[in-house]
Amino acid sequence: MPEPDIVERLARLALFAEVSRTQIESIAHRFDEAVFAAGERVLRTGLTGGALYIIVEGEAVIRIEGQVRARFGPGEFFGEIGVLLDEPPNADVESTSMLRCLAIPGADVKPFLVSYPTVMFRMLQTEARRLRLTTEWKTS
Amino acid sequence: MEDVVEAAPYPPGEYDVVVVGSGPGGLQTSHSLRRRGVDHAVVSQDDAPGGMFRRFPIFERLISWTRPDAPFERGTREYEWYDHNSLLGENGARALVPEFMDRTFDVPSRAEMEAALVAFAERAAVPVRYGCRWTGTRREGERFVLETSDGEYRCLFAVFALGVTQPWQAPVEGAELANHYVKTRSVASYQGKRVVIIGKRNSGFEIASGLLPWVKELVLVSPRPVKIGVLPQSPLRLRYLQPYEEYVRGGAGSYVVDAAIVGIERSNGALRVIADGTTWPGRLQFDADDVILATGFLTPLQDLRDLGVTTVLNDRVPALSPFFESISVPGIFFAGNATAGSKGPRKHGVAPNSTSVNGFRYNARVAAEHIADRLGSGRPRHPIDRGEVVSFLLAELARAPELWIQKNFLARVVTLAGGEPRDEGIVPLEHFLDAGGEDAVAATIEMDPQAEIHPTVYVRRGGRIAEHELPPHPVHAFDGAEYRRELVSILKWLS
Repeated sequence: MPEPDIVERLARLALFAEVSRTQIESIAHRFDEAVFAAGERVLRTGLTGGALYIIVEGEAVIRIEGQVRARFGPGEFFGEIGVLLDEPPNADVESTSMLRCLAIPGADVKPFLVSYPTVMFRMLQTEARRLRLTTEWKTS
Repeated sequence: MEDVVEAAPYPPGEYDVVVVGSGPGGLQTSHSLRRRGVDHAVVSQDDAPGGMFRRFPIFERLISWTRPDAPFERGTREYEWYDHNSLLGENGARALVPEFMDRTFDVPSRAEMEAALVAFAERAAVPVRYGCRWTGTRREGERFVLETSDGEYRCLFAVFALGVTQPWQAPVEGAELANHYVKTRSVASYQGKRVVIIGKRNSGFEIASGLLPWVKELVLVSPRPVKIGVLPQSPLRLRYLQPYEEYVRGGAGSYVVDAAIVGIERSNGALRVIADGTTWPGRLQFDADDVILATGFLTPLQDLRDLGVTTVLNDRVPALSPFFESISVPGIFFAGNATAGSKGPRKHGVAPNSTSVNGFRYNARVAAEHIADRLGSGRPRHPIDRGEVVSFLLAELARAPELWIQKNFLARVVTLAGGEPRDEGIVPLEHFLDAGGEDAVAATIEMDPQAEIHPTVYVRRGGRIAEHELPPHPVHAFDGAEYRRELVSILKWLS
């Protein structure tokens, strides 16, 4: 069976809930899809030139010194910290299943976010939740 | 004299490897496997070598260069950087494309390319069982069974060099009213007509460029804007951009529009294309006598999806490992254009040159060596004198065609186990970064987001990777004194 169309997959994600179909088509044409087998490295500690990854299917984990520190599933994203701060990642991100992502290269992230402010707002909400979790963890 | 009927090579039966296809990917794979002594068969549904170059490009001119005269002699490894179209053979089967070029352009014609591929098959003596169509695939224990029109082939590894030549039909309402690129008619039949081309990749611009002298009005439309600001990272080749130049200069009759197609419908005996803007708000309608879908191609996978082969790039190509093996069905490899399904590290988002012969000829050789390793015919890793490692790597950074063509993707690797450096050959960079292993150094050429070219060295020590990006140079003299100093400093722990 053919894989479902990437436009369909993106349209189902909450991140793109307020983006028109036409614009999702434009995003799908502009950026490439990346697929990883289970156990592949997506981001590598200390290496430059990364991207923002938005998961459309599958799961990835952040691993530091062999320990899993966070999990990401469909609709979630990773790689943004390295791109926004222009620093190489300080942890590996690995796929734990077949992983399908939209990959937005570092240099394209700012124009992408500025072009789609509703996506940027939803990403900020996610960052706020992640920060709250970290704060709760540190104060509990 | 009696007629001598030669028996077709490779009868159905058992082989370690079966290669399907006789285009450049199939021919290169077979030649590279044979160099490593790997038992294999090659089957092809065609009746002669050449693959897609027997039909395409429609307008008969390639976009990748071959310089018949260059600073390095034809037939040398360094010359390969100046000749992006020849396959990699030995002796009389090296650098064949320039031999057939009439030098009208610095890129060969389709016919010249086809002639060079036929000559390669002859001179490198690559036998193929022609007229043998692959019809189905199944597993039988450890082996794959390839069903063909001539019978069944059993193998441990199958390499599919099928081309990415099956028209990809965009999910557009009314698409049946349009013709795909492959059904483009003779140019004269478009004389004085209004033509809308859906798609702004190379095939769309190739058709547009070819039709410019004939049509009355031309519109190219697709959601993605044309981005040529960073030219070396644009998949579009300048050769095809005449229609774009006419549009951006305000010339009437040529339009290059960023819009998502809503549909194609009949209107007053002609056609109408309706599209919504992606880089501007609003809807446009284009009346046309002909609509051409230049929406690209996909790999004709037949039943390989049912076997579990997963795909990428919107279902166009199989998703592949660094050694061009399906990530979901081990043992199934791909060669040729489909190797674009191997993403590499994608540093800065830069994709390898795997959709053209210049890049995939090296991919085929890397895959063949990997298959040979898996079959147990390990190749010798030549020792390098410790004092020569820096000079060896600098020469690679300055002139290795594999690194220069497959930027951010292939690397020259030297392993340093026990303080005895050995040449590991050309290795996928992604494999070097992720596979772990003994201390080693990888030299590669990379392009940054501003399209500057950097020699880059990765050092693996104690399982950890360190990245060393060296500065660019105006004439890419990466074997000069400042690079030597840098590399000596990076590798000083070696001495």
